Amino acid sequence: MIEFRMPSLGADMEDGTLVEWRVSPGDAVERGQVVCVVDTQKGAIDVETWEAGTVARLVAAPGEKLPVGAPLALLAEGGEDWQAVAAATSGQAAAKAAQAEVQRMPAAGAPPADAGRPQARPDLGASPPPGLPPRASPAARRRAAELGVDLAALAANLAGAPIRIEDVERAAGEAAGPTSASAPTGGPVEGPPEAPSAPSPARAPQQAMRDAIAAAMARSNREIPHYYLGAEIDVEASLAWLEAFNAGRPPAERVLFVALVLRAIAQALREVPDLNGSYVDGHFRRSEAIHIGVVTALRGGGLVVPAVHDVDRLEPPALMAVLRDVLSRARSGQLRSSDLADSTITVSNMGDLGVETVYGVIYPPQVALVGLGRVAARPVVRDGAVVAARTMHVTLSGDHRVTDGLVGARFLSALRERLERPEAA
Amino acid sequence: MNTRDEIRQVVVDSILAFAPEADFDALDPGRPFRDELDIDSFDFLNLIVALHEKLGVDIPEADYGKVLTLDAMLDYLEARLGAR
Repeated sequence: MIEFRMPSLGADMEDGTLVEWRVSPGDAVERGQVVCVVDTQKGAIDVETWEAGTVARLVAAPGEKLPVGAPLALLAEGGEDWQAVAAATSGQAAAKAAQAEVQRMPAAGAPPADAGRPQARPDLGASPPPGLPPRASPAARRRAAELGVDLAALAANLAGAPIRIEDVERAAGEAAGPTSASAPTGGPVEGPPEAPSAPSPARAPQQAMRDAIAAAMARSNREIPHYYLGAEIDVEASLAWLEAFNAGRPPAERVLFVALVLRAIAQALREVPDLNGSYVDGHFRRSEAIHIGVVTALRGGGLVVPAVHDVDRLEPPALMAVLRDVLSRARSGQLRSSDLADSTITVSNMGDLGVETVYGVIYPPQVALVGLGRVAARPVVRDGAVVAARTMHVTLSGDHRVTDGLVGARFLSALRERLERPEAA
Repeated sequence: MNTRDEIRQVVVDSILAFAPEADFDALDPGRPFRDELDIDSFDFLNLIVALHEKLGVDIPEADYGKVLTLDAMLDYLEARLGAR
């Protein structure tokens, strides 16, 4: 039997609210499959399972707010009969759920996940019980927040069917009323009534994200004795390599400079591994894998830091494809649990915003952050003469509990080597 | 076939796809739009990909400097489309 638990999506996450199940008892699930949606301070996240099996019992019910590590569901392993697992664990699951000190959302009037009677699970076509959050995809939730559409009212109109992004956009169009060309004439306008006096629904999730960022950064400043190092790196050779690479390629196959820099950072980390890992319970644990969290600002405000996995193992085109995928999902509010769980270092690229130098705050439990500034032509000295060359200010924020400036200096030196001589990389 | 207004609409729609809050009425077409609309290099590449798909015009990286304002972008696309 496998316990599927509330995942930790970063050091700043304490709990999450189950929004909906994407599976039912008896369903076979594969590794990496999305099994449920959990609402967090980072928005609604599709949560994947890391083990294959057959769903035996859904322990948590939509609307429940559960701490990280609390059991959400039980899976039968290969060879086990899911119905037998469900029957054998009927008492156990209820006890565990109680042990986990389930915090209920104040409005949630749903009964606890009932042990012993899987058939008591609400029918998928039925309206959700009052007080439960409406079933909607993460993208639909985000769009609803942008457009000010009331998901609960929309859910009532759709008789409990899962809300899709098209439903949200249609409801927003209808709510716009007579000015909309597609609004029915004569009849009452369907969809939620506008309530101009109500607080904007977009406000709450943004505030929650701001609170989460504040909590993580306050902890970082309280616990981590930072040191900061900076280097101006000549990137002419890397840019020349990239311009030649991109010249013959259609737009969809072009590689961005930041992908090249991420790769160089990963290679430098292989030489200086003490900046890559996590500091937990007074000990640094070095990570063999290099998963770079890329700070991504969201247009609505706030930021998310999705991970680009195994950066050191990817050639530039493959790395660019992974980066494109993860950034697209981050910006459209469609991140998955695997995107947020396991970064080993963070990169903050603020060059596009015109920033010269980044002084970054380390994201706990990581022990380093690399900041990238603007690429611009600046005077450099070559063979005793001042010439113009494109350079970039790279900074390292390091954790003094784990490394000293010497290690940080080695890292910047290794990175410089990679970027100044890309043909050697 | 492609009038300037039609080309403009394709550019605007392509930008709105990733920047839904962009206000083109307030945008000065003679100023660099990337700064005005907070378009970073990732979004800019998405725009170039979208224009390639919708208009069939592949703007090479070497020409990115020629399409920094909306007016310049429309001039460039008009010339490339007209030359075919």
